[in-house]
Amino acid sequence: MSTQLPVLKAADFGSDQDVRWCPGCGDYSILAQMKKMLPSMGVPREKIVFISGIGCSSRFPYYMNTYGIHSIHGRAPALATGLKSVRPDLMVWVITGDGDGLSIGGNHLMHAIRRNLDINIILFNNRIYGLTKGQYSPTSPLGKVTKSTPMGAIDNPLHPLSIAIGCEASFVARSIDTHIKHLETTLHRAAEHRGTSFVEVYQNCNIFNDGAWEYTKDRQTKAENTIELEHGKPLIFGTNRDKGIRLNGLEPEVVELGKGITEDDLLFHDEKASEPSLAYLLSRMRHEDGFPEPIGVFRAIDKPRYDDELNKQVDAAKAKKGDGDLNALFNSGETWTVS
Amino acid sequence: MSTTTEGQPASTKETIVLEGATVRLAGDSGDGMQLAGTQLTGTSAQVGNDIATFPDFPAEIRAPRGTLAGVSGFQVHFSSQEIFTPGDSLNALIAMNPAALKTNLADLDAGGALIVNEDAFSKKDLEKAGYDINPLDDDSLEGYTLFKVPMTTLTRGAVEGLGLSVKEADRCRNFFAMGLIYWLYGRDTSPTLRFIESKFGGKPDVAEANRKALNAGWNFGETTDAFVSNYQVAPAKLPPGTYKNMMGNQALAWGLVAAAKASDIGLFYGTYPITPASDILHELSRHKNFGVRTVQAEDEIAAMCTVIGAAFAGSMAVTGSSGPGIALKGEAMGLAMILELPMIVINVQRGGPSTGLPTKTEQSDLMQVIFGRNGESPLPVIAPRSPGDCFDVAIEAWRIATRFMTPVVILSDGYIANGSEPWLIPDANTLPKIEVKHPGPPADGEEFMPYARNERLARPWAIPGTEGLMHRVGGLERQDVTGNVSYDPDNHQHMTNIRAQKVENIADDVPLQEVDGPDSGDLLVLSWGGTYGANTTAVKKCQKMGLSVAHTHLRYLNPFPKNLGEILDRYKQVLVPELNMGQLRQLIRARYLKDAIGYNKVQGKPFTVAELVIKIQETIG
Repeated sequence: MSTQLPVLKAADFGSDQDVRWCPGCGDYSILAQMKKMLPSMGVPREKIVFISGIGCSSRFPYYMNTYGIHSIHGRAPALATGLKSVRPDLMVWVITGDGDGLSIGGNHLMHAIRRNLDINIILFNNRIYGLTKGQYSPTSPLGKVTKSTPMGAIDNPLHPLSIAIGCEASFVARSIDTHIKHLETTLHRAAEHRGTSFVEVYQNCNIFNDGAWEYTKDRQTKAENTIELEHGKPLIFGTNRDKGIRLNGLEPEVVELGKGITEDDLLFHDEKASEPSLAYLLSRMRHEDGFPEPIGVFRAIDKPRYDDELNKQVDAAKAKKGDGDLNALFNSGETWTVS
Repeated sequence: MSTTTEGQPASTKETIVLEGATVRLAGDSGDGMQLAGTQLTGTSAQVGNDIATFPDFPAEIRAPRGTLAGVSGFQVHFSSQEIFTPGDSLNALIAMNPAALKTNLADLDAGGALIVNEDAFSKKDLEKAGYDINPLDDDSLEGYTLFKVPMTTLTRGAVEGLGLSVKEADRCRNFFAMGLIYWLYGRDTSPTLRFIESKFGGKPDVAEANRKALNAGWNFGETTDAFVSNYQVAPAKLPPGTYKNMMGNQALAWGLVAAAKASDIGLFYGTYPITPASDILHELSRHKNFGVRTVQAEDEIAAMCTVIGAAFAGSMAVTGSSGPGIALKGEAMGLAMILELPMIVINVQRGGPSTGLPTKTEQSDLMQVIFGRNGESPLPVIAPRSPGDCFDVAIEAWRIATRFMTPVVILSDGYIANGSEPWLIPDANTLPKIEVKHPGPPADGEEFMPYARNERLARPWAIPGTEGLMHRVGGLERQDVTGNVSYDPDNHQHMTNIRAQKVENIADDVPLQEVDGPDSGDLLVLSWGGTYGANTTAVKKCQKMGLSVAHTHLRYLNPFPKNLGEILDRYKQVLVPELNMGQLRQLIRARYLKDAIGYNKVQGKPFTVAELVIKIQETIG
């Protein structure tokens, strides 16, 4: 007997709830690409769970016609850990933001990534607190003037991908809300990866931090300011694709092709490198330091997954001791009988 | 159970029959007193005594050797009668060093047996314990029956020839002390010999040394002139059946495993290590063949959140902690409450506030678990009364959680968590089933309503993987029935009322409160949790004295049993003894406008029967 799975469309993944993000918010695009991408995975909607914390991005689960939990601030990775541990059959997405994931929930993010559960974490990075109306976030640049930092932010920003790599992430990628094809492809890669997929999406908050990523989006500048990573290919960028990244010792440098420099001199991207240092180095390339910022998959390696290992231990215990027998348990150890 | 090792023969000295005895072994925290106490408990249980134990250890793993702060003790009460407490005072004290003597002597009865390791009373040891003069040499111990035993010398002698270093030889001293106590109270050494075999079997020389030390201790009692007689405590008349010695945390863990079986779903335990709850994790992590999945989370908050995730996914999800951890879990417990999913939150209480007294007992988290969340956030709370009762309470918590779709709090405490008593082993086949229903795919055209309710006001537990039941839950206020986000003022009032009423409805589903003693009279003693044993014993004593006093002990703390108010009204006065500053009393006063009298103590120690008897007498006047 064979059962025909219904073919789903993007619209099938939309819930009946009105989307309440501000008009023009970058979140709309991420929602649209997610809905567009999911049918290609062939996973029925009832096998998918979206879990979020608190913040604008965390309203996401309400708009998906799947199972979902809108939890509390920063804790979504911990909920996902429990859920995936007992139900490895489910596809689990964690939706978080720069405040939710890196500030109040930093600890959970770190530990979810290091456990490498088979879940997908999408961090919407808009470099601001939107839902609380405009305070600086852990990814806001130094000197950022916001409601809570009228004289400029004085704490050093975090770089989400550097953190993920530091936490031994097995899959790390970056995309941009308005770069819709790239975003859809990146989400697809994340969904396909077995292990924790961590994706940072540059997302525009047009109300409280409009234009924060404009240098990566503007038609005039984006080719100069971003570099698309492709496995096995040299790192080339620029409007005329005439620039590249070369490794000088442990430092990357921007070089111009020609004048004795060929593609072979450039750094070649290897997303499967077991050693994470090159991926880390890429994650440190910042616009303000004169580098194009990489987008695409930084790292995708295969590693043991917590949910697998946990359930293997259960199976191994059953194989060794047999299915649990309460009477045997109760009567184990020293006992005595009163007649 | 096979007996492969022969124990010691019966003593040839005069034997005096006792009803029961309370013995405390006290020494440095590295002296193995907890192990010795556990062995004395096991062997006493084996001879059929009723037992109750009270381990008392410092928060430091190894405080500086020989200091007062480093003293670790284990108290065992064994009796031929039914007993409910580890005993108020000691018939015998074994002190392995001056610090142990100093910190424990006050609890020893006048004339009680005081057995000291006299080798440990050097000038340096005495100084560390703050003794100017060696108490073994002056007349300060005249009121006790003092036995000065050179345990270090005798133990080293016993293990001589086995090639052990002095340090290794000295590690056997606790077995020497055990042997001597076994002789003194006519205990059989064979359970401990079996324990040595299983624990140290891999290290034959260590096993042999411990065996020799144990036997040397026994032989010392039998041969030395210092001990002219020993004691015998007959078996207690416990109900027939097979028993084992059960600690509270172990009973809780087993109860959870049994409840998972009874409801035929997998047990998930997400937790973070904390004294005195960690043993539940240790125990559960050993039983993966029951389908138990344990996660040691990155922190207390995460632990609670993993439990919410697992509950949403359809598991029997449980977390365990103590007061400080419960404080951290508070926000997530609020989420668990508004999600209306079944789960269990265990609080093994310890001395507070803040880090407080991690290894000592207290009942001061009652208000915390009832009220300690933002907003109107009612949760059912139940409390075990003794180590063995933890088993039943775990099962009852899961029954309530699933019937009412709510998290349930179990309020245990360090005293029953680490204490032990004989546990009548149930037949697993007779444990009642717990019915758990997950709705299946809806009929064509039918829309699923995640917050539709049954007659108990419980909502359906729809789990991921079920076609057509996709729904979203969250911490924002829900619209009744649909479960959609709602900011409607009337809906918020309605949902608040519903959630409160749902918890109140539990009172219709639990037994009526029972009273031990006269139906009415001068005084009702109202207690809860781990103080059951002391209150029961004290009230029984007072009843024998002819006082008009009854006792009722609460398992259900939220909601209260339906007939509690009516019971309170039948007595002239109500006394509420608690190991806190009056938390249940406040609730009783608020709920029933009853001017209950408190008897409160926060010293990190359980109530003694004697102090309760005095309070009852005073109150009746």
